[in-house]
Amino acid sequence: MGGGGGGGGRREAIERELKKLRAEREDLDGRIRLLESQLEATPAGVSGAAAGIGVEDGACGGSVACQSRVSNGFKLDGGLPADMVYRYSRHLLLPDFGVEGQRKLSQSSILVVGAGGLGSPVALYLAACGVGCLGIVDGDDVELNNLHRQIIHKEAYVGQSKVKSAADACREINSSIKVVEHHHTLKPCNALEVVRKYDIVVDATDNLPTRYMISDCCVLLSKPLVSGAALGLEGQLTVYHHNGSPCYRCLFPSPPPVAACQRCSDSGVLGVVPGVIGCLQALEAIKIATGVGEPLCGRMLLFDALSARVRIVKIRGSSPDCTHCGKNSVFTEQDFQKFDYENFTQSPMSDKAAPSVNLLPESARITCRDYKKLVDNGEPHLLLDVRPAHHFQIASISPSLNIPLSMLEEKLSTLETSLKETGEASTLVVLCRRGNDSQRAVKLLHEKGFASAKDIIGGLQAWGQDVDPHFPVY
Amino acid sequence: MHLTLEFGGGLELLLENSTKVHKVEITTSKDGQGKVTTPKEGQDKVTMKSLLSWVKDNLIKERPEMFVKGDSVRPGVLVLVNDCDWELCGGLDAELEEKDVVVFISTLHGG
Repeated sequence: MGGGGGGGGRREAIERELKKLRAEREDLDGRIRLLESQLEATPAGVSGAAAGIGVEDGACGGSVACQSRVSNGFKLDGGLPADMVYRYSRHLLLPDFGVEGQRKLSQSSILVVGAGGLGSPVALYLAACGVGCLGIVDGDDVELNNLHRQIIHKEAYVGQSKVKSAADACREINSSIKVVEHHHTLKPCNALEVVRKYDIVVDATDNLPTRYMISDCCVLLSKPLVSGAALGLEGQLTVYHHNGSPCYRCLFPSPPPVAACQRCSDSGVLGVVPGVIGCLQALEAIKIATGVGEPLCGRMLLFDALSARVRIVKIRGSSPDCTHCGKNSVFTEQDFQKFDYENFTQSPMSDKAAPSVNLLPESARITCRDYKKLVDNGEPHLLLDVRPAHHFQIASISPSLNIPLSMLEEKLSTLETSLKETGEASTLVVLCRRGNDSQRAVKLLHEKGFASAKDIIGGLQAWGQDVDPHFPVY
Repeated sequence: MHLTLEFGGGLELLLENSTKVHKVEITTSKDGQGKVTTPKEGQDKVTMKSLLSWVKDNLIKERPEMFVKGDSVRPGVLVLVNDCDWELCGGLDAELEEKDVVVFISTLHGG
């Protein structure tokens, strides 16, 4: 820190000179802009580069095309034509963002993995804000039960591809950006090829194995990863593998037990919660793309909707010993393509069905069609529904007794009383949503001496499919 | 020692009434880990390790394997001491102080 004196004087001289030159440059830039706007004003509506509408995979034209194109009307010299100035004027007015921020945004390419609850606001905001190239990858179709939270999709698109729906919505908002549709699930065999084309990746997926896969892929290709998650009334957000922040494996070297992996399709989610997290993901992606502000690196945002609290915590940095991003990592692209993420996490690469269990001998199980016959024949039985009480309130088969699985053991006497009322010889039939908990219940009931207990294979889901098509599915 | 313990990301489901925030008074001694006693001066310090064992014995009502594994938390749980990853402040050996806030949060995967 010494060496002041003469060095300091010289430094000051240089700084003065720099200041003078910068002022001159600003003056020149101003004159250039004025002349340009005069030129632009003549043939109205002719903006720089035409909007690119990439429709299929690869239409983006590889990494070079996706990353270095001069887009959104920015001309080669970096100036903005009048219509773009007007469109993005509120960005340009931000002193920290300005033309430079908008220019960087227009030259960036961002991949959104998942067009669901998180991906909806991410894609909408990134399209609206004028990102150069927006890629959307998802293999699912729009379902009616998505619409309460996946706000990018409209009723008219139910049954159609989510990526098509999302891309159409983005183009409606901003026709000047390039939107690339990737109509497939991201998998180890295609992830490298897709991710390579983009500068920044946004993880807006809904399952554990995909989260490990995207992190590994971003580590291999050195891409920043904006990761968000939401479930129930809580959300989490962080930026992995950027500016010293950890990768997913630094934080979670081993996957959690399967029972700890709750899904939105099982546990529910309040629509606006992924919306909040998705908006923040879009914000982080914009900050990284433009270099404006401090991204959420080495920190994690925890959102609790119920108590209206946001907590930002400091998390560990990237671990030098990490098996994947550490300096001694031997994990290669070939290893990645062969890695079995579903086996590693013991959970499927989708939010859909819980893996079905098989705990009982065939003699202790009946199909819902057989159960229907039993009812029609008037055979004495008691139908025990072991779903949680709030599930039972959604819809149930009448008459049935609801004792949630978690309370079954302590409420065996209630069950016994009810069984006596239906008659000594009656069968105890156990039902749940999908036919997993009913098996667990029957197993417990057998142990407790209820030898007649049987479970309905496939639960209410099968009942709705095979017996009563009017039964509400959820 | 007075501590505020918070559970989130689904871990609260393992506790009575699924309560997320617990203000607790805890001390441990070498021979009687996990016992709730009146705090005395000069007693052994409370470490994260002893806190985990206390939480398991006193707060967790069901499926303890969803909270602990061995003498640490199960994979997928982040532990934060005063809003800082416990890996940065000593992990299991981290010593707690009066009025510390310890957060246990299960990582979410949904979206």
